[in-house]
Amino acid sequence: GLTPYEKKKYVWKMLYIYMLGYDVDFGHMEAVSLISAPKYPEKQVGYIVTSSLLNENHDFLRLAINTVRNDIIGRNETFQCLALTLVGNIGGREFAESLAPDVQKLLISSSCRPLVRKKAALCLLRLYRKNPDVVNVDGWSDRMAQLLDERDMGVLTSSMSLFVALVSNNHEAYWSCLPKCVKVLERLARNQDVPQEYTYYGIPSPWLQVKTMRALQYFPTVEDPNTRRSLFEVLQRVLMGTDVVKNVNKNNASHAVLFEALALVMHLDAEKEMMSQCVALLGKFIAVREPNIRYLGLENMTRMLMVADVQDIIKRHQAQIITSLKDPDISIRRRALDLLYGMCDVSNAKDIVEELLQYLSTADFAMREELSLKAAILAEKFAPDLSWYVDVILQLIDKAGDFVSDDIWFRVVQFVTNNEDLQPYAAMKAREYLDKPAIHETMVKVSAYILGEYSHLLARRPGCSPKEIFSILHEKLPTVSTSTIPILLSTYAKILMHTQPPDQDLQSQIWTIFSKYESCIDAEIQQRAVEYHALSMKGAALMDILAEMPKFPERQSPLIKKAEDSEADTAEQSAIKLRAQQQSSNALVVTDQRPANGTPPVSQLGLVKVPIMSNEDQSTAEQVVAHTNGALTIVDPQPPITPSPDLLGDLLGPLAIEGHTGIAPQSDPNMGSGFEGGTNPDALAIASVEEQTNTVQPIGNIAERFQALCLKDSGVLYEDPYIQIGIKAEWRVHHGQLVLFLGNKNIAPLNSVQALILPPSHLKMELSLVPETIPPRAQVQCPLEVINLQPSRDVAVLDFSYKFGTHMVNVKLRLPAVLNKFFQPITVTAEEFFPQWRSLSGPPLKLQEVVRGLRPMLLAEMVALFNSLRLMVCPGLDPNANNLVASTTFYSESTRAMLCLIRIETDPADRTQLRMTVASGDPTLTYELKEFIKEQLVYIPVPSRSAAPMPPQVRPTSPPNAVLDPGALLAGLL
Amino acid sequence: MGIRFVLMVNKQGQTRLAQYYEYLNIEERRTLEGEIVRKCLARNEQQCSFVEHRNYKVVYRRYASLFFLVGVDNEENELAILEFIHLLVETMDRHFGNVCELDIMFHLEKAHFMLEEMVMNGCIVETSKASILSPIQLMDKAA
Repeated sequence: GLTPYEKKKYVWKMLYIYMLGYDVDFGHMEAVSLISAPKYPEKQVGYIVTSSLLNENHDFLRLAINTVRNDIIGRNETFQCLALTLVGNIGGREFAESLAPDVQKLLISSSCRPLVRKKAALCLLRLYRKNPDVVNVDGWSDRMAQLLDERDMGVLTSSMSLFVALVSNNHEAYWSCLPKCVKVLERLARNQDVPQEYTYYGIPSPWLQVKTMRALQYFPTVEDPNTRRSLFEVLQRVLMGTDVVKNVNKNNASHAVLFEALALVMHLDAEKEMMSQCVALLGKFIAVREPNIRYLGLENMTRMLMVADVQDIIKRHQAQIITSLKDPDISIRRRALDLLYGMCDVSNAKDIVEELLQYLSTADFAMREELSLKAAILAEKFAPDLSWYVDVILQLIDKAGDFVSDDIWFRVVQFVTNNEDLQPYAAMKAREYLDKPAIHETMVKVSAYILGEYSHLLARRPGCSPKEIFSILHEKLPTVSTSTIPILLSTYAKILMHTQPPDQDLQSQIWTIFSKYESCIDAEIQQRAVEYHALSMKGAALMDILAEMPKFPERQSPLIKKAEDSEADTAEQSAIKLRAQQQSSNALVVTDQRPANGTPPVSQLGLVKVPIMSNEDQSTAEQVVAHTNGALTIVDPQPPITPSPDLLGDLLGPLAIEGHTGIAPQSDPNMGSGFEGGTNPDALAIASVEEQTNTVQPIGNIAERFQALCLKDSGVLYEDPYIQIGIKAEWRVHHGQLVLFLGNKNIAPLNSVQALILPPSHLKMELSLVPETIPPRAQVQCPLEVINLQPSRDVAVLDFSYKFGTHMVNVKLRLPAVLNKFFQPITVTAEEFFPQWRSLSGPPLKLQEVVRGLRPMLLAEMVALFNSLRLMVCPGLDPNANNLVASTTFYSESTRAMLCLIRIETDPADRTQLRMTVASGDPTLTYELKEFIKEQLVYIPVPSRSAAPMPPQVRPTSPPNAVLDPGALLAGLL
Repeated sequence: MGIRFVLMVNKQGQTRLAQYYEYLNIEERRTLEGEIVRKCLARNEQQCSFVEHRNYKVVYRRYASLFFLVGVDNEENELAILEFIHLLVETMDRHFGNVCELDIMFHLEKAHFMLEEMVMNGCIVETSKASILSPIQLMDKAA
């Protein structure tokens, strides 16, 4: 055996190896076993190494759970500390279940020393955060208030962290603690009763001060005038009394407090005077030399944008912020970019966007994509005139083509298409860019598209005759990739159509190109070449077919959507996100909507003269769907513009299914907005009535529906008041093609729709994308591919959830991709049957069983059942009239086509029993088939019992989502 | 939840201490450490102490040949973390006396004990040097 010293040594070495980045998958047991050592040094090593090496789900932790509990409830303080720390670092559900009450007791116990209680506070914090359903914090506000009176700073520091977690979840319950927090802050600010050990460079625990102010930011406001007064006194003192000192550490610590105070002041929406004081301070900070302060100044200024009435003061610092955009430090440049993006509005958009464009050519590669996206969004949102917007985007493509996503050029094409006034200008600009010696491929795409559509508007200008346009575009063709060639071909076809009177020379040139690409290896290019060639021979008919593209229906800008999506990875400021959310809805809309953040109304440009319609409105929504269908039929004869479906994602995306903001382009804007105003309240009223029904009950019996679908190929799988899920299936050998029809039965959209397939191991299933939102009264089709790998009776489950109003509904539905779907009934003659039957002799290929306890049924019924299961009953093979012989072919990837033979011998005297013999060339198949038939015979779809036999349980769960609502959750616990 | 990890890395990029407060598997740790260390070590004195990386904000500070890197989420006060690093260094200094990279390397367990007294589950537990060091001193006495 090893000595305790050696044990410790080797366990530490393991941790060291792990720390260096090598996978240590041995010796975990040794670390865990040290936890139970009687002596402190070993125990300590065991605890620390275990909590570093293992995660909360590791099985070995279970072995230690008892020791840990004993240590926690034991008398030895040092052991208590170790155990609490381990649980606080990696405690999972089991720990929470068995330890939460003990930990709570320790935290509030008066006999416990601070060194244990401070750990208990953070241990409880983890248990609560990980399993809020297990840890009951009801009625903790009194205890929390008591804890905030604590004198010991260590306990106070960790209790404050616990408090922040509790308050962030439900501040309502903790109003009574608010004055206590202010007291703590006062105590620190006045340096009363703060031990020397807790002052850091003369500042009473800056960390506790920061944490306390953080906690206060979770309360929406401070109402009590006395508390408010004391709080503002403290804040005022921090704001005014923080000087720049020589000592770096002191300076940092005091500014940590200062920045937190600034954040709190902004949050509390203080008096105007104090706010402008804050902005002034920040303005000072963004100009200092100290890079940390500059960084934080910019960051906090971005946060400040959310507060009303300070935008104008912030704008005064625009020049300084633009300077920061050229700072040598990328962290600072990022903050400056964010701030510029956030502070941009109509008044300064031109300056800011031009600044961003200029910066683009020198910016680091890491920032270019974000930069170009932001510039594009700002240009779109705040364009003072549309030609400027087109300029900006074209410049953007020119300067940073590689970083300009397809969305950006799709968007500019949409704009130009939807705004007639803009078309000649855009065409001219596109033409100008083509003169440049080397242009980016995206520029080729966008100019080819625009010139194809609108170059005829330029025909009288020099250098813009169809022939010249064609030849300059065609020069680019050898340099572009296959994704651009189809666009060029479309452009050629359009140029040809617009050339009136026809130019024989041009025509023959273009025809040569078409015929050259007719044998292109790329299917998209080939198809276009063939089609355009044929179409252009038709002469005048070409005019109708290649007419101008219709206007695009209005949708949320994909750019803004993208910017929102990218938030998650780029650690951007929440202010940006918030602003983006506030503004995304009214980007591009003609109406003079008052911006949500309360700034003076910014008249948004009449980029598109169409109204937005509420998607809660049933009739409008229907109209939209109808219109879109109409639009699609108009579009249909048009050749598609871009080659593959994902590339064309936005330009020709499936319009009806998205349905975020449906718009009928041809309707009169005034009428439209009146319509909207008139009908909206009704729609809302209906929605709120709907919300009051609390539980969602399925309509009809789910198990019965499933059973029925096992025997037929289409029908309803699930239905409740909001949604109906239909299914239609086609089976061919071992492949199945199912289509799920998700139908929204209501006049409001269903959100957060999610469908997850949980396939058993023998099925390979692929569900196509399910849209997140199902528009009102719409039906969405989701194809589902099934491949049967091997015989098995397991059933696939569809985990389906959606949100309607406030309800979160989740159901788990068995999918009727069952064994018998892979059968192909086959009739066999006696000559074929008997040799096969004999050759499959005995187990495991041939199995026989006497089945009892059947639901009595007549032979004819049984025949019908077998046939509906696709087991073809072959009459006359068995001489005994009470017997029945059936055959089928089973298909799966492993077995291929496999003949299955079944013989049933019934007893006319006792219909509840029979003898069954099943044979096939595959032992698993024989067994599975036998069991399958048995199930079918024993449990003929009797509604009341039908759910029992299948392995995956079906529980139509329909509680309002408890996990998301802690209040309901606690209520449930009570 | 505040602090996500604490790393100590020397000028050559070798890890001297790594403590995570959320579980990442070894592969994720290696990539993350590699990326962050590359980013931070390349920076100079005139640049700020904060680096944004994926969904972390890394607050870092250099002491001679050793870099202290602390990954935090958006809920933390950056300067407070920056000074927390200094507090950690001062605490180690009080214990080791003129702490250097080798002290941490050869007394990894002590560094862990201190850190464990200071941070738990990503939150600051204790900021008094005396309280942080008392368990270690007790042990040293016993040994």
